Amino acid sequence: MMLEVKNLTTEFKQKKGTVRAVNNVSFSVAPGEILAIVGESGSGKSVTSLSIMGLTPGKVSGEILFHGEDLRKKSVKEMQDIRGDKISMIFQEPMTSLNPVHRIKDQLCETIIRHMDLSKEDALKRAIEMLTLVGIPSPEKRINDYPHQMSGGMRQRVMIAMALSCHPELLIADEPTTALDVTIQAQIMELIYQLREKLNMGVILITHDLGVVAESADRVIVMYCGRVLEEASVVDLFANPKHPYTKGLLASIPRIDDQQERLYMIRGMVPNLADMPAGCSFSDRCDFCMDKCRQKMPKLKEVDGRAVRCFLYHDEEEETE
Amino acid sequence: MAEVLVEVKNLSKHFAAETDFLGRPTSVLKAVDNLSLTIYKQEALGLVGESGCGKTTVGKLITNLYQPTNGTILFEGKDLTKLSAKERRSYARDIQLIFQDPYASLNPRMTVGDIIAEPIKINKLLPANKVEERVNYLLNCVGLANHHRNRYPHEFSGGQRQRVGIARALAVEPKLIVCDEPVSALDVSIQAQVLNLLDDLKDEFGLTYLFIAHGLNVVKHISDRVGVMYLGQLVELADKEELYQNPMHPYTKALLSAIPNIDPTVKKQRIILSGDVPSPIDPPDYCHFCGRCYQKKDNCDALASPQLKEVKPGHFVACHLYE
Repeated sequence: MMLEVKNLTTEFKQKKGTVRAVNNVSFSVAPGEILAIVGESGSGKSVTSLSIMGLTPGKVSGEILFHGEDLRKKSVKEMQDIRGDKISMIFQEPMTSLNPVHRIKDQLCETIIRHMDLSKEDALKRAIEMLTLVGIPSPEKRINDYPHQMSGGMRQRVMIAMALSCHPELLIADEPTTALDVTIQAQIMELIYQLREKLNMGVILITHDLGVVAESADRVIVMYCGRVLEEASVVDLFANPKHPYTKGLLASIPRIDDQQERLYMIRGMVPNLADMPAGCSFSDRCDFCMDKCRQKMPKLKEVDGRAVRCFLYHDEEEETE
Repeated sequence: MAEVLVEVKNLSKHFAAETDFLGRPTSVLKAVDNLSLTIYKQEALGLVGESGCGKTTVGKLITNLYQPTNGTILFEGKDLTKLSAKERRSYARDIQLIFQDPYASLNPRMTVGDIIAEPIKINKLLPANKVEERVNYLLNCVGLANHHRNRYPHEFSGGQRQRVGIARALAVEPKLIVCDEPVSALDVSIQAQVLNLLDDLKDEFGLTYLFIAHGLNVVKHISDRVGVMYLGQLVELADKEELYQNPMHPYTKALLSAIPNIDPTVKKQRIILSGDVPSPIDPPDYCHFCGRCYQKKDNCDALASPQLKEVKPGHFVACHLYE
């Protein structure tokens, strides 16, 4: 395993008390594997990725093992060497993650010069090479542009070029296509797919779009209110979802291939993290809720080679600390 | 099919992209270019397209928020573009809008009750003592409770705010509601709730929708007919089953093939379009899709822009391949 996350918990201090955005999350990523983390807003998927990168102001506990070494024990300097080189990240909003007052050229070369032993000229060559790779037309000219001169799809491709410029072993893509149109989304996903084949990099794909997950991921983690509710291979998850939340999510998407009269609805809303129901966090919205669910939190337990956190499948509860 | 509610003929909206020192336009952004379509009573017409294709501008033209550069919009036979300011008011009641961003479209300083009551008061629809009752009724229609009346928008989640926006649109008993991306800012599970609500209200109040969105699956779910826009022009229009099963325009085909399939065991053959949507500033005289078309014929860029033509009953396409 290249990356192993064990019992990751991230907490934020607020006026009203501590909020646990990520709660006891464990997973691993192998080289060449695409792991998707799915969830709605507030499920903790982005905080998970920021915690791995050491970019969150919250209090992080647990182990984040990258090739067996705990990233949490690294110094700031050591993390700077890893970030952008061995692990890199594509951020959600291409509109705001590029610096508007610097040319694309300078932003790309900054990363390359920081991590690779290259002269300015060579770094520029490498930057142009990367832009060609991500499919930007006439990269020698466009590299002198400022971000505002590019369209959303192009900016996202610049972000990807930047993330990939030092051949990372692990790429964390946080909603890489959410801000883009479908035809551009298809281009970007195709690109990530090809590069993973070519460079054998591991990818953590964070998204709320189950269509994108079905098309590209190998394994899927479903998160809700900071906890993992289900983990399975992509084929198993879509063919036979176990957790009521996963089932509900899949049923509530309008399908393009057949006609539903009415969409399935998960009732209610995602609860506030500061004010969680006792017991299972999904209990208030669940169609299969039992008395037990309102009192105890089920454990994430392996059932038939996949993991699910629900009393419908086993009756072990999570130990409270 | 039923009676015609809105008939749009050769509608254009041009903006000056750049002006010379006297303020005369030197280049023109053609947001909507020579577009014609018909909306029948009690149908939901979907309008899809990528960002910048002019779908929102069409919505704003029909709701009379923009004055068109050219063309006519007939609402129940009356030309909306030639109304006096006073007449326009009465039509404003018949055509309402639901906005994309539920966080920006509600006044944060007004209670939800006041937000919904305002259009009723302005239009003097009810005596003052009946307004509260009506507001309660509307809140119940969209699945909110009476006590929500005294709360402010910030106390609500995105899905609930969108419900308030819908109640506000319903308050004046409109005939047509233009829904501009009403669910794209919402989470999947909340999106399903709002779509079902819109579906129910349509039957209950006999509403007509112009449903503008970029999510093709969402549009398919809610609409009866679907139109596809590209760079200010309508390139294809058909019944939804027909359009999704038998797309004819190369752009529609590419758009449909780009939707990720929810079944991981099916690997579909995908048409990947090269490049981005070009800028609508000074578009060419020939077919706007020419630059990205993978079925382009040699003379496509020599011919005038193709017109929307009925190729099959009820299936309209604007493409030289079908002429």
